Amino acid sequence: MKIVVQEGLFDPWAEVAAYQRDHLPAGKHGGTVVFVGTMRDFNDGYEGIRAMFLEHYPGMTERHLEKVCQDAMERWDVLDCMVVHRVGEIRPDEPIVLVAVWSEHRAMAFDACRFIINDLKSRAPFWKREATPQGERWVEHNTQDPNAA
Amino acid sequence: MKVKVKYFASMRDRMGKGDEELELQEGATIADLWQAVSQEVLPENTLVAVNMEYTDLSHPLKEGDEVAFFPPVTGG
Repeated sequence: MKIVVQEGLFDPWAEVAAYQRDHLPAGKHGGTVVFVGTMRDFNDGYEGIRAMFLEHYPGMTERHLEKVCQDAMERWDVLDCMVVHRVGEIRPDEPIVLVAVWSEHRAMAFDACRFIINDLKSRAPFWKREATPQGERWVEHNTQDPNAA
Repeated sequence: MKVKVKYFASMRDRMGKGDEELELQEGATIADLWQAVSQEVLPENTLVAVNMEYTDLSHPLKEGDEVAFFPPVTGG
C-alpha cells in the first residue's frame, strides 16, 4: 500500500506503472482500476477558474487515507492499492488525485476503487479554495456522485 | 488541563487564527471548548476531530488532546 500527500505535480500513469513494477508480485494481478481526478476550469456555476489552493490537515489526512485503504483491502479481495493526492497550488488540467487498485479479477478492483475515492471525497480532510475571476472562494461542498456508495 | 485547538479552511478565516492553546476545566467536552473560544453558535455542518479521529461535540477531553474544527471536506 502506498499513500502520498504531496505539493509537487505528478504523472499518475508513471506512478501506476512504477508501483506495479516495483511492488506487485509477478503474475498475480488480473485487473487494475485507476481513478484520476483532474482540475476543471469551471465549478458550481463559476467559469474561468485560474487555479485552486488545496489545504489539508497534515497527519490526519494520511492516517485517514491509510485506514480507508486498509478497510477496502479487508472488505474486498484486492492485492494492493495506492493513493496520491496533491496539496498546495493546482492549475486546470493538472491531476489532483490518483487512486489505483490491483486485484485478481476486475469486479473487486472496481468496487474497492469506488469505495476509496468516495470516502476520500466525503471524509478525508482536504479543502479547496478556488481563484475565480470574481475573487477567491472556499468550495463548500463536493459534487454529489449519484452512484456514491 | 491544557488542550491544543486547530482551525482549518473557512473555519480558520472565521476564527482569525489557525491554532491556539487553551486551559479548560477537567471533564470539559468539545461543546464546552467551543463556548470558551467563540460567542457564536457552531455552524451545523462543522466537523470535529480529537487527536486526528472524527468525533462529536459530547466527546470529553483530556490533558494534551488536539482538537480540530473544520468545514465539510472538498478533496479529490
